[in-house]
Amino acid sequence: MILKALEIEGVDQIFGFPGGAVLPLYNQLYDSPLKHLLVRHEQAAVHAADGYARVTGNPGVVFATSGPGATNLVTGIANAYMDSVPLVLITGQVASYFIGTDAFQEADITGITLPITKHNYLVKNAKDLPSILSEAFYIASTGRRGPVLIDIPKDVFDQEAPFEYNQQCHIAGYNPTYSGHAGQINRAVKAIRDAVRPVIFGGGGLIRAGADQALRELADTAKIPVILSLMGLGAFPGGNSLFLGMPGMHGSVTANYALTETDLIIAAGVRFDDRVTGKLENFAEKAKIIHIDIDPAEIGKNVNIDIPIVGDVRLVLEDLLRKLKPGNTAKWLKQIESWQAKYPTPTGSKGASSSLLPQFVIRELSRLSEPDTIVATDVGQHQMWTAQHFIIPAPNRFLTSGGLGTMGYGFPAAIGARLAAPDQRVLCITGDGSFQMNIQELATVVNNKMDITIALINNGSLGMVRQWQEFFYEKRYSHTILAECPDFVKVAEAYGVRALRATTEKEATRAIEEAFQTKGPVLIDFVVNPEENVYPMVAPNHPINQIITGGDF
Amino acid sequence: MKHVLAILVENKAGALTRISGLFSRRGFNIDNIAVGETVTPGIARMTITVEGSDPVIEQVMKQLHKLINVIKVSNLSKEPSVMRELMLIKVRADTGNRSDIQQIVETFRGKVVDVSPDSMIIEVTGTEDKLEAIKMMLEHFGIKEIVRTGKVALLRGTKTTRES
Repeated sequence: MILKALEIEGVDQIFGFPGGAVLPLYNQLYDSPLKHLLVRHEQAAVHAADGYARVTGNPGVVFATSGPGATNLVTGIANAYMDSVPLVLITGQVASYFIGTDAFQEADITGITLPITKHNYLVKNAKDLPSILSEAFYIASTGRRGPVLIDIPKDVFDQEAPFEYNQQCHIAGYNPTYSGHAGQINRAVKAIRDAVRPVIFGGGGLIRAGADQALRELADTAKIPVILSLMGLGAFPGGNSLFLGMPGMHGSVTANYALTETDLIIAAGVRFDDRVTGKLENFAEKAKIIHIDIDPAEIGKNVNIDIPIVGDVRLVLEDLLRKLKPGNTAKWLKQIESWQAKYPTPTGSKGASSSLLPQFVIRELSRLSEPDTIVATDVGQHQMWTAQHFIIPAPNRFLTSGGLGTMGYGFPAAIGARLAAPDQRVLCITGDGSFQMNIQELATVVNNKMDITIALINNGSLGMVRQWQEFFYEKRYSHTILAECPDFVKVAEAYGVRALRATTEKEATRAIEEAFQTKGPVLIDFVVNPEENVYPMVAPNHPINQIITGGDF
Repeated sequence: MKHVLAILVENKAGALTRISGLFSRRGFNIDNIAVGETVTPGIARMTITVEGSDPVIEQVMKQLHKLINVIKVSNLSKEPSVMRELMLIKVRADTGNRSDIQQIVETFRGKVVDVSPDSMIIEVTGTEDKLEAIKMMLEHFGIKEIVRTGKVALLRGTKTTRES
């Protein structure tokens, strides 16, 4: 019944790990046409489904068993919730007559995931399953997307019930608003017409809504520069001259100066995260703000908004486009150009002790990969360097853990992307800290002969935390130095993964070229300068125009 | 400022937990809370008194609205409405002061609902101010126990807070 519902919903790929409470489900799966990827840890199943969902736009589906199987999903669910990724998770639960007795492998997973799911269900009776499954897919994939969990007791899997599946469902308390309020849109048009120094600040919502084309037309028509949050990267072409990069803590100087000096922010599908705004009182003090978002609760949550527009960001941008006339922002663009010329993205410290700089590695990876390459990152310094240096030309090609900042996300997400886009190159850029959080998935990629290039930026430390200790804790490197342990080349080879090592620029370029021509999984261990820091940097809770540049300018 | 919110919610397992969890998770303070059935089967009404500035209350209402089980959220403090709370007070009383207490209770239009040799239970309904006032008046007799329902409220006039 469950599998039939998944087929109706157009699911073709499941990610999961079996166990006692889901034995009936896995037994059904045995002769089902649905594909299932067996991972080595449930957390990887969620991240892989998350990567799959980000690339395809459709909900990722996960199976896991009760108790530890379900609790191992928690980090992945929280990650998907923060980044608004549609997932449907089906967990087994102990038999309904055991619930509440602390039975073997019992955990109250609906209780645990209450604050990190868009909605969740504990199924008491098999006859409710069709409507719950249909609601789950509907909720996960509409409005502001998000994970929905369905917990099914073992005995409910075995119950017989009539299967009447209706994809159209009506939920009294759930009616997302899609089209923007006409009056507000007119106010926005007027504000854009009157603005002298406007910027567009876009985020992940643009990608989820498929608003990249509308954004591009809007920017081109009104000649407005575009800043994208980490989650928004790819929604506007990385190489375009109107693109100013990412704002905030590790954002470009130009983006941060532009947000400080602008008189109008057109915010689209962003949520004004603290990593973007820095000190709130000083954020965009001179600007009026138009905020377009599908989630009304995001509007006015962190920053006061002058013109709120609740709706689907693509539809709203298209409405704006119909009413906008070509803008004249030449003077403002000139100012921006001069910042760009003065403050290029720093390419790394000169005279470093190691001859290989991580920024160079990322630039080479970007240069040598095709434009449709999908890049998945982990979390930390390598993530920020990728955001700064890797050119992301289009949406759904940059997978990163933005809101939760989950180390261990990247590699499984790359696995999900591999299955979602069989014809595109998949590149996982990770760090030696992050990679060890889901390193066991090397077995999954080997078993499934997956073409994935793992670019390991190995600085022998938990680099981002080490950087903060250097800046804010008097270089007291408490538990952030990992040294060169383990030997990643040997580990990869032990799993049966081809592995290369690069310690110089020349070796790096050659290794990337070789890896890109290799079938199957390849790992490149880039041994980079361990003291390298991510610049520019705005200290936490500081105004975003107070920038630590690292003396590179 | 205190705001009284009326929340219509599907009467499903976990719905209450979702709502109370949301308040603690997002750092909103619940003053008091009352729950009960409505005229529509399957739909319960919660009346929550919450303290906060206007922007905070707006965020509370938006976050509540995001919960799938929540059908409607209204701020009854923004419109003329009738608000009541019920309180039971067990107060020390003996033959010497029973009539004094009785007098106070009458003044506040309360009721004595139980008497024992050394105590009385008083039932009183009203606004928060009124309940505080009678509580203060009874304090010097010695209050043994208090229980309150939390505030309930309805809009004045023909307007209603219904699910559609």
